Amino acid sequence: MGKTLAEKILSQKSRSDARSGDIVIAQIDLVFAQDTTGPLTVKQFQACGFKRLANPDKSILFLDHAAPSPERGVSNDHLLLRQFAQQTGCLIHDVGDGICHQIVAESLAKPGDVIVGADSHTVTAGGLGAFATGMGSSDVAIAFGLGKTWFRVPESIKVALSGNPPDGVGAKDLILHLIGTIGADGATYKALEFGGDGADNMNMPQRFTIANMAVEAGAKVGLFAADGTTQDYLNSQGRGNHYQPLVADGDASYEKTINIDLAAVEPTVAKPHNVDNTALARELKGIKIQQVFIGTCTNGRLEDIAIAAKMLKGKRRHPETRLIVAPASPQVLLAAMRAGYIQTLVEAGAIILPPGCGACLGLHQGVLGDGESCLSTANRNFKGRMGNPEAFIYLSSPATAAATAITGEITDPREVF
Amino acid sequence: MMLKGRAFKFGDNISTDHITPGRLAHLRSNLPELAKHVLEDADPNFASRVKAGDFIVAGNNFGLGSSREHAPLVIKMAGVSAILAKSVARIFFRNAINLGLPVLICDTDNIDDGDELEVDLEAGTVKDLTKGNQFTFGKLPEVMLNILDEGGLIPYIQKYGDFKL
Repeated sequence: MGKTLAEKILSQKSRSDARSGDIVIAQIDLVFAQDTTGPLTVKQFQACGFKRLANPDKSILFLDHAAPSPERGVSNDHLLLRQFAQQTGCLIHDVGDGICHQIVAESLAKPGDVIVGADSHTVTAGGLGAFATGMGSSDVAIAFGLGKTWFRVPESIKVALSGNPPDGVGAKDLILHLIGTIGADGATYKALEFGGDGADNMNMPQRFTIANMAVEAGAKVGLFAADGTTQDYLNSQGRGNHYQPLVADGDASYEKTINIDLAAVEPTVAKPHNVDNTALARELKGIKIQQVFIGTCTNGRLEDIAIAAKMLKGKRRHPETRLIVAPASPQVLLAAMRAGYIQTLVEAGAIILPPGCGACLGLHQGVLGDGESCLSTANRNFKGRMGNPEAFIYLSSPATAAATAITGEITDPREVF
Repeated sequence: MMLKGRAFKFGDNISTDHITPGRLAHLRSNLPELAKHVLEDADPNFASRVKAGDFIVAGNNFGLGSSREHAPLVIKMAGVSAILAKSVARIFFRNAINLGLPVLICDTDNIDDGDELEVDLEAGTVKDLTKGNQFTFGKLPEVMLNILDEGGLIPYIQKYGDFKL
């Protein structure tokens, strides 16, 4: 019997014949924490009595969630993390270096890697064919100290994508559609493995967007095969030597297969307060939006900003709708500047935030007021998520977000083209 | 081990943002202060009413969302002795066990808010003393039982220095 992507990677990293349901101990290729989970990770690392990291060059701290710091407590957490990096020799990406998952995708993750991060959206690197998953501070502390962790090898659900999405429909619409269909616990403890010609045709940013939200269906990982597109991406990042092809075996065993015809997907929106509470954008016409947020590890890449800039070129945001844009990394910001997108967006009335998580987690840079509604390209819309339990969060693609910024109400982007 | 306390009933999809929201991330190095806000966005009165030994009883997909271990940590700090739920999100589940906080998967439909419960962790049974019902919960995988037996992952690693599967 052949192996799924998850079984293949965990077999290699545990040096065993790993099959779904097995418990294995796997070597870790990359382990990280960020500024809201890092201080507890440091505390647990020290409580274990570890004096040094198993692999300092594979251990990273990212200061991205509150960057730059809005507040004294966070600033002191940043100090603690910088001190830990100095003491242990781990890598650190400081304030302004961008979102951890974007840096991991651009510079670090390789096909076939096992990556654990103290952040649930660590799954993003699954777009590159890495078994990348979120864990808590204790698990990450142990991975820092031992260079390994235990996994239950997940059963896999195959998501077979066919055809091409229509104009105005993107990867975000597909993943919202899928989560709306299977539910916020539809893939709990499972691997979501994306395949079919529709997946083969997707570029890397689209694959990252989809893998990023696998956790919103409860999945442990969201995996794509590593193919020529992956190779081209790694070449473009100056690390073609990190490429290795990785595909599931033809006779691998899946718990089930979900078939999606991309041509039938429409602009989709998740309504408050759950990601699986989806509707079509056109069905929500008339809902007024006070803030549009384009960015995050889900949709803060150059291609996302390009979509927004092209739609907003020569136009203005609605006077009662704030427009906040946060590039995911300096690489994204610089490329967006060179392409003229940042100028276009500022001329359209946008506020540009520094590279980082921005308004997504409710700590700063776009906290909502009582009764306000935000349309965000992020991945979560839980009650209270953006800093106020009396506010409402809708999730969409960058195209729907840009269209909504123009009209001031939820708008199917195809109406604005 | 026998656990006894009152049920605090919650519905489906209680997220880590309900339990300890991102807006309080600046308190994460001040755990006693953070713990005062436990589950604030799901039940603003929970923190003031919960007593040592009580149970959280939830529906499906408890703890979905973030990897923040602070979520089970503030629940444990509030004195909750175990979480009973129909299902639990993956990262939260592992985090809770890593902190020595038992998570019991069982049908919670017939437990109401305020019911007196008695849990026998070894026997795998829950008694609803208020209603006179008794039911069972699913067994944890052995690796998690071993971690729980040591009081969590940190004491486990302190004792063994490595994973012993």
